[in-house]
Amino acid sequence: MKYVDEFRDAAQSRRFAEAIRRKAKRPWNIMEVCGGQTHAIVRFAIDEILPPSLTLIHGPGCPVCVTSVEIIDKALAIASRPEVIFCCFGDMLRVPGSGKDLSTVKSEGGDVRVVYSPMDAVGLARENPGRQVVFFAIGFETTAPATAMSVALAAGLRLANFSLLVAHVLVPPAMRAVLEGPSNRVQGFLAAGHVSTITGVNQYRPLARQYRVPIVVTGFEPLDILQGILMCVIQLEEGRAEVENQYVRSVRPEGNRSALGQMEEVFQTVPRNWRGIGEIPASGLALREKYAAYDADRRFGLQGITAEEPAECIAGEVLQGRRRPHECPVFGTRCTPDHPLGAPMVSSEGACAAYHRYRRRV
Amino acid sequence: MCLGIPGKLVEVYRQDDLPMGKVDFGGILKDVCLAFTPEAAVGCYVLVHVGFAISLIHQTEAEEVFSYLQQIGEAAAEEETSQGGGP
Repeated sequence: MKYVDEFRDAAQSRRFAEAIRRKAKRPWNIMEVCGGQTHAIVRFAIDEILPPSLTLIHGPGCPVCVTSVEIIDKALAIASRPEVIFCCFGDMLRVPGSGKDLSTVKSEGGDVRVVYSPMDAVGLARENPGRQVVFFAIGFETTAPATAMSVALAAGLRLANFSLLVAHVLVPPAMRAVLEGPSNRVQGFLAAGHVSTITGVNQYRPLARQYRVPIVVTGFEPLDILQGILMCVIQLEEGRAEVENQYVRSVRPEGNRSALGQMEEVFQTVPRNWRGIGEIPASGLALREKYAAYDADRRFGLQGITAEEPAECIAGEVLQGRRRPHECPVFGTRCTPDHPLGAPMVSSEGACAAYHRYRRRV
Repeated sequence: MCLGIPGKLVEVYRQDDLPMGKVDFGGILKDVCLAFTPEAAVGCYVLVHVGFAISLIHQTEAEEVFSYLQQIGEAAAEEETSQGGGP
């Protein structure tokens, strides 16, 4: 496929790995923020062709993983109602709440449907005027504009039976939380290419300046990741801490203005609780008052639901790059993709799932 | 979640007052909302996420990765140290 295959070229990858080996003279720790990048790194064994002095730390960029138990429990409560068609992305089905997961609710008779786009949920609301259609809006800045468009369309069509359970989160506050962590080891970032396609690159400048960390906006194919690492290593070796853009074929400096405008129209920034990490100020999105009628949380009166994190899952440590998935005592034994204790073992972007799928030997 | 798939725009149309298009992903056609890439024209490559085109892929910029090593003077260094061999 064009723009995929050529970015997986093995000979080019080796040339980049060679260049990284020559440039990296000291040990460095670089965090890839996005779970999609983590999966590519583990799947294509990119970390295994890097010099041993270079450590890739897997970041918190997995929206499924960081959605709090409390919000999952709200999703379960809504999905169990007989009048509801509950729509979500496939990744959410097996994420454990405090009791069960959406897949269990479905097997118990709940009408839970996997959709490809929030617009599909709007379509279901039109086709089923007698039912309440709820879309579980998870995701980072990449996904929030699409959700925003779906609610704007529902409002335009005056669909009274459509609502959103909003769990959107923002990336820069999570990067700040990592840098503020007491045992932070991260010296440079590969920032998430698709988030940055929406937001542009300027949002990273205060972080780079304040914490003296290079931030390289990076794509998702092996050559993208290797080039991103090389650019980051060159900055580190030269003592620079700048924002650079590797993913130029998609990311414009100013981002995608139409998408940002739609997001701004529908959502406002709020504090949000991240699963395994805790509350991060100004790190979530919620519907503006103007769109409050489309808020499933209010529509179904769920504000009272609160929940605790399960104690034995180390997801929080994994999500902040403090521990690796296989360092968890229950990795691959009591916690597997079929019987997950935590979300990183379920999601296609979760670090635990990546290690379990591609690296069972570790 | 943040997966973005590149595909070629082969048709544009409107639905519910929104710009839409059919995008070809290696032979599989999907309907995609073009509200965030109003400049997209038939023949363009777009990056698609959850049913929305989120950017136009720029061909010239896409090629930069292949000249980067030369640009930073690493291609020459590689020729000096390369032992060849291996697939």
